[in-house]
Amino acid sequence: MKQTAQNNKRDVLKRLISYILKQYKLACLFVLLGIVCAALTTLCMNLFMQSLIDDYILPMTEMAVPDYAPLAQALLRLASILAVGVVCAYGYNRIMVNISQGTMKRLRTELFTNMESLPIQYFDTHAHGDIMSVYTNDIDTLRQLIGQSLPQLLNSSITVIATLFSMIVLNLPLTVVSVLMVAVMLVTTSKLSTLSGRYFAQQQRDLGAVNGYIEEMMEGQKVVKVFCHEQQSLEDFRALNRKLRESANNANKIANVSMPVNANLGNISYVLCAVVGSLLALNGYAGLTIGTLVAFLNLNKGFTGPITQVSMQVNSVVMAMAGASRMFALRDEVPETDNGYVELVNVVEQPDGTLTETHQKTNLWAWRHPHKADGTVTYTRLLGDVTFDGVDFGYNEDKMVLHDIKMYATPGQKIAFVGSTGAGKTTITNLINRFYDIQDGKIRYDGININKIKKPDLRRSLGMVLQDTHLFTGTVMENIRYGRLNASDKECIAAAKLANADSFIRRLPEGYQTVLKGSGANLSQGQRQLLAIARAAVADPPVLILDEATSSIDTRTEQLVQQGMDALMKGRTSFVIAHRLSTVQNSDCIMVMEQGRIIERGTHEQLIEQKGRYYQLYTGNALGA
Amino acid sequence: MIKTLSRCIGESKRDSILTPVFAALEVVMEVLIPFVTAAIIDQGIEAGDMNRVVLYGAIMLVLAFLSLFFGVQAGRYAASASTGFACNLRDAMYENIQTFSFSNIDKFSTAGLITRMTTDVTNLQNAYQMLLRIAVRAPLMLLFSMAMCFVINVQLSLIFLAALVFLGIVLFSIACRAMPVFDEVFRRYDDLNASTQENISAIRVVKAFVRENYEDKKFSRAAEQLYRLFVKAESILAFNNPVMMLTVYACIIALSWFGAHNIVAGTLTTGNLTSLFSYVISMMMSLMMLSMIFVMISMSVASARRIAEVLNETADLSEPQQAVQEVADGSIDFNHVSFSYRKGSGEDALRDIDVHIRSGETIGIIGGTGCGKSSFVSLISRLYDVTEGAVLVGGRDVREYDMEVLRNQVSVVLQKNVLFSGTILDNLRWGKEDATLEECRRVCAQACADEFIERMPKQYDTWIEQGGSNVSGGQRQRLCIARALLKKPKVLILDDSTSAVDTATDAKIRKAFAEEIPDTTKLIISQRISSIEHADRILVLEDGRVDGFDTHENLLRTNRIYREIYQAQMQGGGDFDQPA
Repeated sequence: MKQTAQNNKRDVLKRLISYILKQYKLACLFVLLGIVCAALTTLCMNLFMQSLIDDYILPMTEMAVPDYAPLAQALLRLASILAVGVVCAYGYNRIMVNISQGTMKRLRTELFTNMESLPIQYFDTHAHGDIMSVYTNDIDTLRQLIGQSLPQLLNSSITVIATLFSMIVLNLPLTVVSVLMVAVMLVTTSKLSTLSGRYFAQQQRDLGAVNGYIEEMMEGQKVVKVFCHEQQSLEDFRALNRKLRESANNANKIANVSMPVNANLGNISYVLCAVVGSLLALNGYAGLTIGTLVAFLNLNKGFTGPITQVSMQVNSVVMAMAGASRMFALRDEVPETDNGYVELVNVVEQPDGTLTETHQKTNLWAWRHPHKADGTVTYTRLLGDVTFDGVDFGYNEDKMVLHDIKMYATPGQKIAFVGSTGAGKTTITNLINRFYDIQDGKIRYDGININKIKKPDLRRSLGMVLQDTHLFTGTVMENIRYGRLNASDKECIAAAKLANADSFIRRLPEGYQTVLKGSGANLSQGQRQLLAIARAAVADPPVLILDEATSSIDTRTEQLVQQGMDALMKGRTSFVIAHRLSTVQNSDCIMVMEQGRIIERGTHEQLIEQKGRYYQLYTGNALGA
Repeated sequence: MIKTLSRCIGESKRDSILTPVFAALEVVMEVLIPFVTAAIIDQGIEAGDMNRVVLYGAIMLVLAFLSLFFGVQAGRYAASASTGFACNLRDAMYENIQTFSFSNIDKFSTAGLITRMTTDVTNLQNAYQMLLRIAVRAPLMLLFSMAMCFVINVQLSLIFLAALVFLGIVLFSIACRAMPVFDEVFRRYDDLNASTQENISAIRVVKAFVRENYEDKKFSRAAEQLYRLFVKAESILAFNNPVMMLTVYACIIALSWFGAHNIVAGTLTTGNLTSLFSYVISMMMSLMMLSMIFVMISMSVASARRIAEVLNETADLSEPQQAVQEVADGSIDFNHVSFSYRKGSGEDALRDIDVHIRSGETIGIIGGTGCGKSSFVSLISRLYDVTEGAVLVGGRDVREYDMEVLRNQVSVVLQKNVLFSGTILDNLRWGKEDATLEECRRVCAQACADEFIERMPKQYDTWIEQGGSNVSGGQRQRLCIARALLKKPKVLILDDSTSAVDTATDAKIRKAFAEEIPDTTKLIISQRISSIEHADRILVLEDGRVDGFDTHENLLRTNRIYREIYQAQMQGGGDFDQPA
C-alpha cells in the first residue's frame, strides 16, 4: 500500500518532468548547463581556498620580499571564472521563469479545455470547490516546485556530486567519514519526514473539519442568530479548533526541527573530520598534509550544506506531488464522447422541393445525413420533431430513474411535465440534449436517432432556459449574445424585447452596456430569468427546453417572465417543466410523472375527466379555498 | 491592525517570546562555531598539536549540541506559537461573528467570512511563524557575524560593510520594483479564478449553447495575459540570486587579496582568514533571507487586513442596560417606523409604517419584490434596528428586551432557511434544547412534517446532510417551521416559508396553526393569495409603505394592488405546485 503510494509519487514526478521537457527541451538543457556551470564555479572557489593558503600565502610569508604577482594573476583567473558563474546563474534563473510560468500556462489552459469537454456527469459527482482548488491551490504549489524546489534540488545534487568527487581525490578515509555522516543525515531526514507526513495528514483532516464547520455555520449564520444558538455553535467550533491546533502544532514542530538537526549533524561531521584528519596528518598516515586537511574541511561544509537544503525542500516536494497527481487526474478525465456524424447545415430549397447545401447564411436549416452503406447523403429539414421510444435511463447502471418513456412532440407543440420533485422531469429534458446518454430505447429528432447527430449541432438546435439562471461576468449585451455569437446589437435588443427584458435593461445605469459582476448578483432573480429568456431567444432554436422557476419572484415580475416565455415558445416545439397552472393548461399535451414513469398523459380537459393523479393535483390546488 | 491582531497572540505570548530568544541563542552558537573551526586549524592542525584539536573539537561538539538544542526549541516554540496564534484568530473571529447583527453579516457576505476564517488565517499563521523564526534570526546573524568580523580584523570588515550596503540597496530596490507588478499579477489571478469558478457552476449553460470553444479562447487569452505579467514580475526577482553571488564572490576575491597582505604582514592568521570567509557567506545569506521575508510578509498584509476588519467590526445592536426578561403577549406595534439598511443613505426600505397588531391575530403580508416585506418582519425580532420610530412587542420597545428573550418569543422562519448536518431530531432541538421526542412529534404534526419523517427508515434519527441537501425543498421548509414552533413563541413569522409546499399541505398547516396555537400572533408573508386570504387582516406593502391593511374582502373592494395580484393569480398565473 505504502509502496504503491511511493511509486505513484515517483510516477507523478516523472510525468511532470517529461511534461515540462516536452515543451522546453532546449531551455531545460540551458538551465541544466547553467546550473552545472554555477555549481562548478562554486567548487572552483572552494578549491581555490586551499591553494590560496598553501600555494600563495604560505610561500609568500617565507619570502623576504613577497611577490604578489602570482596571487594577482590567480585572483584574476578566479574572478573571470566567477564572472562566468554569475552570468550563468542569471541566465538559468531567467530561463527558469519562462519555463515555470510557461508550463503553468500550458497546464492551466489544458486543464480548462479538458474540463470544458467533460460530461455533465463529472460535475454532478465532483464538488465544485474541489475542482476549483486544483486551479488555485494545486497549481500554486506546483509553481513553487517548478520555479524553486526543482532547480535548487538540481543545484544541490550537482554540488554534492562534484564535492564528493573532489573529496575522494583529496583523501579517501576522510571521505568515508563524511559519507557516513551524510548517511546519518539522510536517515534522520527520512524518519522525520515520514513522521511529519503522518502529522500533516492529520492536520489536513482536522483543517478540513474546521473549514467544513465554518462553511456550514457561516451559511446558516442568520438562522443561528434567530435561534440564539451562538453559544453552542461557538463551543462546537472551539472543540474542532483545539483539535486542529494540536495536530498543526505537531506537524509544524517536526518540520521545524529538521533544519537545526541537519545543520548540526553537519557541524558534528566537521568536528569528526577535523579530529580524524588531524590524527592522520600528525601521524603521517594516508599521505594527508595539513593544507589538504584544511581544504578537505572546507569541502566537508560544502558537502553537508546542500543536503540540509534538500531536506528543507522534501516537504514542499511531497505536497506538490499530491497536488500534481490531483491535477493530472483532472487532466486525464475522459472527455464526453461524440460519435455523431449527422450535421446541421444551411440549405436552400429548390423549386422542385429538394434541399441543397449552401455556405450562405439562409434561415433554412437541414440535417446532413451521410449513409455509410451506399455513400449517399440525404438532407432532412430541421423542424423540431422529437420522439421518445421506450427510453430507460439511470445515472448509474444499477439504479434506473426513468422507465419506458414513450412520447412524441410534433413541430410547434408544447409538452408540459408535471409531477413531484424527483419524479424525473428534469432528467427527461437532459436526455434530449444528450447531457446524459440513455441505457435503452431511442430518442429521435426529426426522425434521426440523436446518437447519430453531432452533439454540438444537436445542442445548437435546442434552446434551454434553466431554473437557476447562470450569467457571466460581462455586459448585459454580451450575456444576451451568448446565445448566438454573431448576433448584431439590433438582434440582441430585439430578443430582449421579445423576452420582456428590454424595459428593465434600459433602466439599468448603463443600459445594455451595464457590466454584470459575480454572475449577475446585482440583478434580481426575475431579471436574471428575463435575461436567460432573451439569451435563448437570440439563439432562435426550433426546440425549446424550459424549466420554470418555482415561485420566489413576485407576481408582477412573474407575469413578465410568463409573457416572455410564451412569446419565446410561439411556433417552437417546447418541453416545459411546469409549475404554473397557465402553462399547464394551454399545453398540447401534459405528462404526469411519478417515480420515473409517465402515469398519465393528455390535454388538461382530458386529464380532468380521467379523475386521476392530475385531477388530485389540480383540485389540491383548489383546496386552498 | 497590528494591535488588533496582536491581542490574539494570547497565551501564545510565552512561546512567541521564547522562539526568538532560542533563535537568538542558536545564532550565537552558529556564529561561534566558525571561530572555533579557525582555532582548530590555527592552533591545532597547523601547529601540529593533537591535544588542541581534540580540545577545540570537543568545544565545537558542545556548541553544536547546544545549537541543536536551541534550534529544536526555537522550532518547537515557533510551531506552538504560530498554531496557537492561528487558533486564537479563528476563535476570536468566530466569537465576534456570533455577536454580529444581520447587517454586519450582510456587510461581509458569507463567502467573505469563510475566506477570512480559512485561507487568510493560514496565510497569517505561516507569516507569523516565519517572522518569529527568521525575522529574528537573519538580522541577528547579520549583526553577530559583522561583529565577529570586526573582532578579527577591522580593516577587512570595512570591505564587507560596503558590500553589505550595496547588496542591501540592490535587494531592496528589486523587491520594491517587483511588488507593484505582483500586486497586479494577483489581481489578474483572482479574476481568472473567478471566471473559472463561473464556468464550473454554469457548465450546463456552456454546454447547452455549445460555447466550449468560446470559453476556451476566453480563458487562453486571460491565461496568456497572466503569463506575461508573471514573467515580468519574476524576471525582476531573477536578479536576486546572481546579485547575491556577485557580491559574495567580489568579497571573497577582495578578502583573498587583502587577507594575503595581512597574513604576510603578520596581522592575520590563516585560520582567521577561513573564518572570515564563512562569516561573509552567512552574512549575505541572512540578507537574502531578509529580502525573502520582506516579499512574503507583504503578501500576507492583505490577509491580515481582512482578518482585522472582522475582528474590529462591532455589532451594531447593543443589549440594553436593564433588559426586560419577559414578553407580555404577542401584540405588535409599529409606531411611525422608518428603516434603512444603510443609515443615512436616504434609500429607505420602509417609510413611516404605523401598524398595530393584536395578540393572537393572523396577519398576511403581500407585495412585490423589494417592497419591504422581509424588512418589516425583521424589525420585530430586532434583527435590525429601526432608523426612526419604534417597534413594540407586548407593549414594550424591542430595544428594551434581552435579545435572547425576545428572539425566543418571536420565532422567525427565514426565507433563506437552512438545516444543519445532524439528525432531524438535532435540527429540531435548535428550537428547544431539551425537547422530548414527544414534543418534537407534536410540532412536526402541526407543520405537516410528520408524514414524510415517519416514512423514512430511521424516522427522527435520519441524518440530514449539510444544508439539508438530502431532503426536498418542501420537506426542508416544513422542518424549518417545526423547528420554529418548538420554541412555543408568542409571535410566529413565516417569511415565504411554504413556497415549495403544495397548496393542500399549506392549507393543512394553516389549519393546524389556527387550532393548535390560537394565542400566537402569526405573520405570514407569501406570494400566493391562497396562503393569506383567510388571515384576519392582510397588509399590502408597496415600495416601503403601507398600501392597505384590511380583510381579504375589503381589500378586494378598496385596494387596487391587491385586486391586481388576486386577478392575476385566479386567471391562471398562480402556482401549480406539486406535493414535494
